[in-house]
Amino acid sequence: MNIGWYLTVSAIIFAIGAAGVLTRRNPLVILLCLELMLNAANLALVAFARMHGGEAGQVFALIVMVVAACEVTVGLGMIVAIHRRNLPIDVDELSQLNG
Amino acid sequence: MSQVLFFLSAIGAITAAVGVVMLRNPFYSVLALVGHLICLAALFLLLRAEFVAAAQVVVYAGAVMVLYVFVVAYVGGGEEDMLGGTALRIIGPLFALALAIELCLTMLGSALKGINTKGAPYILGFGTPRHIGKLFLTTYLFPFEVASLLLLVAAIGAVVLARRRRGLTPDDELERRIHAPRPRYTGTMAEGGGIRQELAAAQRAGLSPVETRHREGIDEGAQLAAPIAAPEQEGGW
Repeated sequence: MNIGWYLTVSAIIFAIGAAGVLTRRNPLVILLCLELMLNAANLALVAFARMHGGEAGQVFALIVMVVAACEVTVGLGMIVAIHRRNLPIDVDELSQLNG
Repeated sequence: MSQVLFFLSAIGAITAAVGVVMLRNPFYSVLALVGHLICLAALFLLLRAEFVAAAQVVVYAGAVMVLYVFVVAYVGGGEEDMLGGTALRIIGPLFALALAIELCLTMLGSALKGINTKGAPYILGFGTPRHIGKLFLTTYLFPFEVASLLLLVAAIGAVVLARRRRGLTPDDELERRIHAPRPRYTGTMAEGGGIRQELAAAQRAGLSPVETRHREGIDEGAQLAAPIAAPEQEGGW
């Protein structure tokens, strides 16, 4: 398959993830949609690595996976902390920072 | 063959991604994301990125998703209603559609010549752990170390964030159990060192245990392990 097909799939997945971040209210699902966007970027990186024949893109994809794991850890820790304080797990109601 | 595999995994990945966004129960969203990640690993394999595909399945679909499942089970996020009233919920999908079209136009309409090819000629060993590891330990050593430091920071940060805060709601039961008096000289180094017999002999001679310890110069660790003020009491743990 041509590289362009992979890039198209990556763009569609990224857009789906962006739609999820914008529309969902549960922070858990928002984190999942962030994962979707990061994975779309990973797919594009690996596709470009294949296009150029160098492995730098794959190394970059692995680093992105590390960053995603860190983000998940901290995000889930925050959700657990929110839950412990009996606050609603809903980004629309957690608006004290005027976000 | 590769085309069939590509379309199967691409359609699977996109369907699972839609499922992540559309399913109401967060638990099902997590399961859909696992399916999405596995389909994406198949795409990585088609792109000759063996190590990235393996890491994707093992680290992502295995470890990170287990973390998600645990948190969903702990928090128990209920079903949410999808159709809220805010304008963002109507504009969001439109924005995403525009974004998808724009990204496709940008990438496919770019002047990159390689996009319409199958990629660079395949070199034997491309994307294997051997090559990736060599790159990580030579050219990309600094990003590698920074990534490990980042993981450490994230682990500490998660522990600090999610730990049980003291002060807001004092947990008396836990406090009592942590500071429960323990029978003296149980499970300490002093017992193993045979000091107990000496102390018992000193007590019989009329000296208090504290004085005996100070006189004999027992190190601080033994004193901490067997609290001086703790009453002689059986039945602790």
